[in-house]
Amino acid sequence: MDQFTLNLLFVGASFALYIGIAIWARAGSTSEFYAAGRGVHPVTNGMATAADWMSAASFISMAGLIAFTGYDNSSFLMGWTGGYVLLALLLAPYLRKFGKFTVSEFIGDRFYSKTARMVAVICLLVASITYVIGQMQGVGIAFGRFLEIDAFWGLLIGACVVFAYAVFGGMKGVTYTQVAQYCVLITAYTIPAVFISLQLTGNPIPALGLFGDHQGSGEPLLAKLNQIVTDLGFAEYTAAHGSTINMVLFTLSLMIGTAGLPHVIMRFFTVPKVSDARWSAGWSLVFIALLYLTAPAVGAMARLNISELMWPNGTDAPAVSVEQIETDPEYAWMATWQKTGLLGWEDKNGDGMIQYYNDANPDLQAKAEANGWAGNELTNFNRDILVLANPEIASLPGWVIGLVAAGGLAAALSTAAGLLLAISSAVSHDLLKGQLTPNMSEKSELMAARISMAAAIVVAVLLGLNPPGFAAQTVALAFGLAAASIFPALMMGIFSTRINNVGAVAGMLAGLVVTLVYIFLHKGWFFIPDTNMFTDADPLLGPIKSTSFGAIGAAVNFAVAYVVSGMTKETPQHIKDLVESVRIPRGAGAAVEGH
Amino acid sequence: MVDHSVDTSETATKDAGYWSTNIRIIGICLAIWAIVSFGFGIILRPLLSGISVGGADLGFWFAQQGSILVFLALIFFYAWRMNRLDKQYGVDEE
Repeated sequence: MDQFTLNLLFVGASFALYIGIAIWARAGSTSEFYAAGRGVHPVTNGMATAADWMSAASFISMAGLIAFTGYDNSSFLMGWTGGYVLLALLLAPYLRKFGKFTVSEFIGDRFYSKTARMVAVICLLVASITYVIGQMQGVGIAFGRFLEIDAFWGLLIGACVVFAYAVFGGMKGVTYTQVAQYCVLITAYTIPAVFISLQLTGNPIPALGLFGDHQGSGEPLLAKLNQIVTDLGFAEYTAAHGSTINMVLFTLSLMIGTAGLPHVIMRFFTVPKVSDARWSAGWSLVFIALLYLTAPAVGAMARLNISELMWPNGTDAPAVSVEQIETDPEYAWMATWQKTGLLGWEDKNGDGMIQYYNDANPDLQAKAEANGWAGNELTNFNRDILVLANPEIASLPGWVIGLVAAGGLAAALSTAAGLLLAISSAVSHDLLKGQLTPNMSEKSELMAARISMAAAIVVAVLLGLNPPGFAAQTVALAFGLAAASIFPALMMGIFSTRINNVGAVAGMLAGLVVTLVYIFLHKGWFFIPDTNMFTDADPLLGPIKSTSFGAIGAAVNFAVAYVVSGMTKETPQHIKDLVESVRIPRGAGAAVEGH
Repeated sequence: MVDHSVDTSETATKDAGYWSTNIRIIGICLAIWAIVSFGFGIILRPLLSGISVGGADLGFWFAQQGSILVFLALIFFYAWRMNRLDKQYGVDEE
């Protein structure tokens, strides 16, 4: 069986499973559509949240970013897990006690203001839609690569599948589908990592292998890696190179953004009890940590494998020959990926060998001149291909490659579906039922939810075809917005009775606007190319890149809300009572419809 | 009416005790959360460079794995501690 058929088989079988579950668990009532009738066990909910949270960025992109940068990209690991501590301690149990369906409903009720609810809906929609565009981009590329079709058709097929189970299944369908997706994606991520860890360190657990000894040399794996990358003129893998302030703010932005993303928060409305909401956050992180503890090992081991493949006899011996790359089956992956345009090499000095080194490093000039090197000849290595190409790089069997294909798609699709659910509930529940047509029947509300989901998919596909920028830019905007607008409003709503309607609205708007402006200043106004006034290489505020600004936006939100609340009318007594009741678990019933 | 107001104020005092204990637990947990990630993982890393962990230093380990494990422990500790506190103050859901 050839690789194409194998990929098709794995992807096809996993999809049949997801769609089957969606049909089996079809939602009947509004409350089932949004929150699965609150019958979801904390462990099940945790697994679904993990699938929901870990997107194409975690599965496909993160290990590659770590592999080529090393320590400096640890921010992704700490940021995307540390947010769960904030969620579990500061938000989840209270929002569950509050007992409504959506995040903006809480903000609207707590700040007794329809304006506050509207502002929250806007923040939520912008953050979710930009995030879903990034996912659809990933879906298109992954489908295109593994089904060997154009990315355009990959995107359309992906959109149809997401539509099918998100629209017809609702939350309950999505919850169980996401459990299945979690199982697929974690298996797909772990199996190749275990193989590679065994090859390199003899330890079957990749997370331990990372700090273990390299089998070939007997040295610690990381010491070996440091030595080989510095020999080639690259920055030491385990050392810090970037700005400390920027790293702190970037990590903090990712953490706060995690706790402010509506599709993740919504998950905690679906557990039966307040105490379950606390456990549920822990279980989510258990399932996320299984991937996040493996990811740095995947990155480091892949970097070592690639370096050794390019220098099969060590960095002092001649490099790999062009002939070997073209004929040796161990190097077959290079030709495969070259076709995608994401990997490239060029024998610049015509010596029949491909020298891979850092030609920008002045320390290597003498060595390069002495050996007749004419610059780095591994001219292109896109970071996003690393995880997908990893099993091929390590010469693992074909079924592992098929499995990784199915896993990458599971990660992208599950997140897209969760985001679409958040978008549809914001439109049908908060915008239509909450504001425009309060007397809507349950049936027409469900219909509106489905129509808005379909509309959101159409928008995401259109923007996914002509994205406003790279996926990383879109994701940065989504995180920055969630961190600067939603999280502070929720936290202050629970922990302070002093913050009033005017303060909350002013805070959210200030956080949102200041973050948007900072991002647009660096990435271009509304992401139109060449309209930026600064670059992330030389940011407006010292070392603070636009991706790190969400934390500052959140601080602005807090400060403005406090000052404005101090100058305006005090919170009425019934709202203070509401806050008091949210803080106490007793009396948490099933969620009730908003009015 | 008078009796009720006494009840309410007693409940209020009890609830205030519950809430201030909760705030204290959250404060301690978040302090640990910040120390392992922003502290050991980033800012204090140079101070820990003497302690080596499998080819790297302790700060590197905290940044790539250690903080995640501590985050897990914190969330489960908080859930366990709060469920106990709920019962202690009689505000649990049973």
